[in-house]
Amino acid sequence: MIKVENIVKRFGGLTAVDGCTLEVPAGSITAVIGPNGAGKTTLFSIIAGFLKPNEGRVLMDGEDITGMSPPQLFRKGLVRTFQIPHELPRMTVLENLMLVPEAQSGERLLSAWLSPGRVRREEREIRARAEEVLAFLSLYELRHELAGRLSGGQKKLLELGRTMMTEPRVVLLDEPAAGVNRTLLGKLTAAIRQLNEERGYTFVVIEHDMDMIAELCHPVIVMAQGKVLAEGSMDEIRRDPEVLEAYLGGAHA
Amino acid sequence: MDALLSYAVFFVSIAGIYAILSLALNVQWGLTGLFNIGIVAFVAVGAYTSVLLTVEPSATFDGGLGLPLPVGFVGAMVTSAVLAFFVGLITLNLRADYLAIATIGIAEIVRLFLKNEEWLTNGVRGVGGVPRPFAELGQVWMPVAQMLLVLVLLAVVFFLIERARRAPWGRVLRAIRENELTVLASGKTVKAFRLQAFVLGSAIMGLAGALWAHFVGFVSPEAFEPLQTTFLVWVMLIAGGSGNTKGAVLGAFIIWAIWSGSQFATDLLPPEMVTQAGALRMGLIGLLLVLVLLFRNEGLLSESDQRRGDLAREAREERRAG
Amino acid sequence: MAELLQLVVFGLVLGSILTLGAIGLSLTYGILKFAHFAHGDFMTLGAYFALSLVAMAHLPILLSIPIAALATILVALVADRLIYRRLRRTRPVILLIASVGVALILRSAVQIIWGPNVQVYSPGIQLPYVIPFGDGAIRIKPDHLIIMGGALILVSALHVFLQYTRVGKAMRAMSDNPDLARVTGIDTEKIVLWTWGIGIFLAAVGGIFAGMDAQLHPVVGWRLLLPVFAAAILGGIGRPYGAIAGGMTIGLAQELSTLVIDPSYKPAVSFAIMVLVLIFRPRGIFAGRST
Ligand SMILES: Nc1ncnc2c1ncn2[C@@H]1O[C@H](COP(=O)(O)OP(=O)(O)O)[C@@H](O)[C@H]1O
Ligand SMILES: [Mg+2]
Repeated sequence: MIKVENIVKRFGGLTAVDGCTLEVPAGSITAVIGPNGAGKTTLFSIIAGFLKPNEGRVLMDGEDITGMSPPQLFRKGLVRTFQIPHELPRMTVLENLMLVPEAQSGERLLSAWLSPGRVRREEREIRARAEEVLAFLSLYELRHELAGRLSGGQKKLLELGRTMMTEPRVVLLDEPAAGVNRTLLGKLTAAIRQLNEERGYTFVVIEHDMDMIAELCHPVIVMAQGKVLAEGSMDEIRRDPEVLEAYLGGAHA
Repeated sequence: MDALLSYAVFFVSIAGIYAILSLALNVQWGLTGLFNIGIVAFVAVGAYTSVLLTVEPSATFDGGLGLPLPVGFVGAMVTSAVLAFFVGLITLNLRADYLAIATIGIAEIVRLFLKNEEWLTNGVRGVGGVPRPFAELGQVWMPVAQMLLVLVLLAVVFFLIERARRAPWGRVLRAIRENELTVLASGKTVKAFRLQAFVLGSAIMGLAGALWAHFVGFVSPEAFEPLQTTFLVWVMLIAGGSGNTKGAVLGAFIIWAIWSGSQFATDLLPPEMVTQAGALRMGLIGLLLVLVLLFRNEGLLSESDQRRGDLAREAREERRAG
Repeated sequence: MAELLQLVVFGLVLGSILTLGAIGLSLTYGILKFAHFAHGDFMTLGAYFALSLVAMAHLPILLSIPIAALATILVALVADRLIYRRLRRTRPVILLIASVGVALILRSAVQIIWGPNVQVYSPGIQLPYVIPFGDGAIRIKPDHLIIMGGALILVSALHVFLQYTRVGKAMRAMSDNPDLARVTGIDTEKIVLWTWGIGIFLAAVGGIFAGMDAQLHPVVGWRLLLPVFAAAILGGIGRPYGAIAGGMTIGLAQELSTLVIDPSYKPAVSFAIMVLVLIFRPRGIFAGRST
């Protein structure tokens, strides 16, 4: 589904991603783990078009998508969340989600002016969908609250909610569980599995919560210092001496 | 009494034109966060376009096509929009402060162009004999009809901007102002939306310029100075409440009242100080700007008040529907 | 050939003036994190302070320069106390708008106090030195030498200050990384004062030089703001050393442009360069490491 070939990304003197090559099988829930600073987030940003790599390419279904813009990739069905929540603080929770759906006719000036009836109908549908997602994430009661007022964990859920407002094919989740409480975590895991099995979304998940990964993900890819260190099932990874070394030697939070 | 009435008509006409400008800036700055301090460029281009399209042909310069007034108005909007499109294409991805400097540069270039390209614009001598709308109504009713024209156009602009703001289009703009990356991650082409807001605002500025030119009946490069045409508009929007459509209009009327009031005040100055009156009023504009920022930086009508109003309306509709 | 060299001389003079403005703009941007749109009008203010000293107190211009510059710093510190400091916790763009307000207030004050008309430091025409060259001659006025020499001395002094004094090093650190600077215990308020001090001193001297080069009028600084910004951006805004290269480049480019384009469009040259830089090298051409 997604293939990453020899990606290199440098920030000034620092090489954040250093010749990374990996493959995400279609229909999988692939985990990317590794100590902080391993370059996982940077790799996500490159795949989703937010950063341009210095070297290497990214393929999606065999097509070279390196250097495409985030909206282009979004239209191809590739969406991402941010590790640090990027909510729209002075807009309501509902508005945060209603922003997302593609091809809203009210986004075109002429339709906004000339066919308000159609825009209103569409808005009702989009709103119903956003409310469904919010109900699922247990944020429904907060739908009119400004997003900036949510707690850290709630903002994380809102991040996830954004990806649920479309029909994506690949979802990149950057530490979705961090700061989310136990009950919601169970729900989150179930949701990811359900979306994967019933709707066939492919997931790539950066996560530090090993229980969640063990329960959900296959394959697991381990990154350290910008490179792929190991790949396999969670059990294989656990036994890999290099991985142990990286984690014990690194600064795993 | 008559003098007072005709002054009132004059006051409302000019304030109305400023309100259109303030609404235009509200689309760019208030909704989208685009920092345009070259408003004067788009106003001047609009004014000159309409004038050159509608004045009678002249021996001294090539402009002057003698076309009907509505053609001039539409032409003004189109030319300002085209200028904004190209300016936007190269500068809109810049940070707010860089865009600000770039718009100052555009204003400077437009000024130089109007001054130097005499074959087209008649240079520093300016262009007179600009057709006045409703001139056939005579001295008494012409100003009234012109005022109504300004008010009708103001209402149309207000209505269109308000409808666009409440639609998903406005939602995307506000989102861009909040966090561009989120909007990208939501699959919107941020730059295209910015460009639309910039072009729309500039087209409206062009319209205001055309209105002004036909109201006054004369244009020259010196008539468009940044103080009255850019900074006064900024003060109006910020004092009224940037992001708030009603605030933009309210700010224009209030600040125009203060500005013209200050003219009465400076008229009372002893004659040897009259040349300084303009300077005093410039200081006043600066002072107002600073005071609003220090003590009421949301403006008289804040954007959050407006949002609360929107939400209440939505809630009412929700109840009615469900 | 002589004509070309003459333009180079003019370019270096203008470049010196722009450099002095651009350094201050770059410093305020780097340390206070906002584009200071009143910078040009502080240049104007400095120029008019010097005018009072020369015309009324009959001080020689060279002595007037530092006194006028110090007086300008005082005004800047008052503006900082009353306005900028109170807005420092809001968004930078609010400070930018406030600085536009300050610019209007300053220009208004200058016009009210000194009048709207064009003025000069010393009446009469300065005889230029004529240096024969090839088939023509290059003319350099004594004031031009003062301007170029003065800029050179000030820039050298700034270099020594930034490299060898504690405060100067702290300023560079803060410009590079404000958070790091804060945790390492640099007294940020003190640095802010120094930033205004140095930036406005140089701006005032630049304004005086602009008045010596041509004439004084209330928008002398505002007219310089665009090329000064262009110079700062070209040099990588926030980087004082880049501002020097940027200032000289813009100065030379504006003067030399008259060889190929209509001189009435000269002011547009700095704008064109700035836009090109912003598109192709948004961090500036001369933006090496500042350390
Ligand atoms: N925009 C940036 N500029 C400079 N350095 C960066 C930037 N983004 C990330 N880095 C650096 O790149 C390295 C990898 O970061 P990141 O991809 O966030 O790692 P991870 O997500 O695995 O914790 C880190 O050393 C980080 O400091
Ligand atoms: Mg990360």
